[in-house]
Amino acid sequence: MRTRVFVLISIAVAAAVFFAARLVNNDYVFFAGYTVLQFIVLATAWNILGGYTGYVNFGSAAFFALGAYSTVFFHKFYQMPIPVLIVIGGVISGIVGLGMGYLTLRLRGAFFAIATLALAVVLQTFIVNWDYVGGSRGAYIIRPNEIAWIGPYIQYLFLLMLALVVISLAVARGIERSQLGYGFATIRDDELAAEASGVPTLRLKLIATTISGALMGMAGAPFPYYIGYLQPSSAFGLEYAVNSIAMPMIGGTTSWVGPLIGAILLGTLQQIATVTISSAVNLLIVGLLLVGFVIIAPNGIVGLVQGWMRGRAK
Amino acid sequence: MPLLEVTGLSKRFGGFVALDGIDLAVQEGERVGLIGPNGSGKSTLVNCICGTLTNETGTVRFNGETVDGLVTHERTHRGMARSFQLPRPFATLTVAENLRVPLLYTVNARPGHKLSAAELDTRCAELLALVALADKGAQLPRDLTQVEMRKLELARAMAAEPKLLIADESMAGLSQSEVDDIVTLLIRLNERGITIIMIEHIMRAVMKFSQRLVVLVSGKKIADGKPDTVIRDPEVEKAYLGQ
Repeated sequence: MRTRVFVLISIAVAAAVFFAARLVNNDYVFFAGYTVLQFIVLATAWNILGGYTGYVNFGSAAFFALGAYSTVFFHKFYQMPIPVLIVIGGVISGIVGLGMGYLTLRLRGAFFAIATLALAVVLQTFIVNWDYVGGSRGAYIIRPNEIAWIGPYIQYLFLLMLALVVISLAVARGIERSQLGYGFATIRDDELAAEASGVPTLRLKLIATTISGALMGMAGAPFPYYIGYLQPSSAFGLEYAVNSIAMPMIGGTTSWVGPLIGAILLGTLQQIATVTISSAVNLLIVGLLLVGFVIIAPNGIVGLVQGWMRGRAK
Repeated sequence: MPLLEVTGLSKRFGGFVALDGIDLAVQEGERVGLIGPNGSGKSTLVNCICGTLTNETGTVRFNGETVDGLVTHERTHRGMARSFQLPRPFATLTVAENLRVPLLYTVNARPGHKLSAAELDTRCAELLALVALADKGAQLPRDLTQVEMRKLELARAMAAEPKLLIADESMAGLSQSEVDDIVTLLIRLNERGITIIMIEHIMRAVMKFSQRLVVLVSGKKIADGKPDTVIRDPEVEKAYLGQ
């Protein structure tokens, strides 16, 4: 299937989702749906670096928060429409992602993962002490109630996040089927052999960290408008780091479908648990599912289905 | 002018001198055998030539150009290729896709004609046929036997259309007939105009293959010349058999 066709189909599906949600005519659907969509973007972004290239990033929350805080900054500095803020958040997080890419020069495997975790701590400390964006007090963003053409503001945010989902899925699928995808896979499999085959590994790793970081930042940019009151502990929340790793792992890391399935499954489950049990049980669910999947289906749901189909073919 | 010219190359790991002032010149089209006891620095020399390790002193010139300071993939683009002592296939890619990687990233990265999708497929098929893996293209490397894995390793190095191929112990652990297989393959590649440096312990293969023999012992080159003369050299005999 051509990329253009894929994008058209995704837009059609996204439009169908939006109008179906409107039919329900309940703001909560948009409110909960936004979170799920946001996790699809985060999981897909994580997977571009973690799944395709094999570098595990524990600092997803930092990139997400960077996007969110760039919005807070520009909200105070000079008001702009959210789509522009999304682009700015993406650029800033992309630049930090590029910086993180240079860590791969010296750090691999667990050491890289630890460094990304440290990056998140450093950035959080920086934000906590930066008074202009609210510091540890947090920042209020008063959003309008309504917006022209669409109506309730939450529907507008939902629509923006849907657009981001389409963009990130198209990017991930495009990478998978291009020369870049082969290059990323060789880095994941064996960097030394990749270099010997002529793959410019450093350049490709920088591309991966930049795209991954930028998409995470874009997912975070509308967040202050969604939540209304942003504080460092919510923007740098543990659930972003954990979920963006767990969702691709549970869905399957080798294809763009995996993070999508993982995020829908886990995201929805968490929303249901939040309403029926308590919001604190969320991470417990993620943890249990992750352990379960690592044992039963190490290649995630996609791997499970592929294995099952291969078994039937034989 | 030699295709590969190594002068005064030294490499140390901490206090251990792995290579000590190596000089080596390889002419275009030559078949050179590189031998030496375990730990004599053969693989280290290969790694320094290919840019996987950086040498402290000395220079490596390739095809009339100094390649010191270039990283591995840049050297690969200039026409160096190597196979690894232990096969290092891309485990999640199929056998055919393994060969596609150097085609995409080396052959297509060079100036001039870019291979189209159809040409890529034919080239992969040709390479697979060359190493007698034609029916294994769709399999994953883990499904291959040891000798097939070595062949894949050589085919992947060949896919980059190199001027110089360095085969690092591509026959260790293989049976006699399999060794003959690989030697025949290497000689056939040489006939196509590729200069080959073969690192090997199996003397039968080395003597059959090499036009010239270079001997390394504890980081120093102790002999370089016609295979028959070199193996009768008292220094070489001492290093291999003791006194």
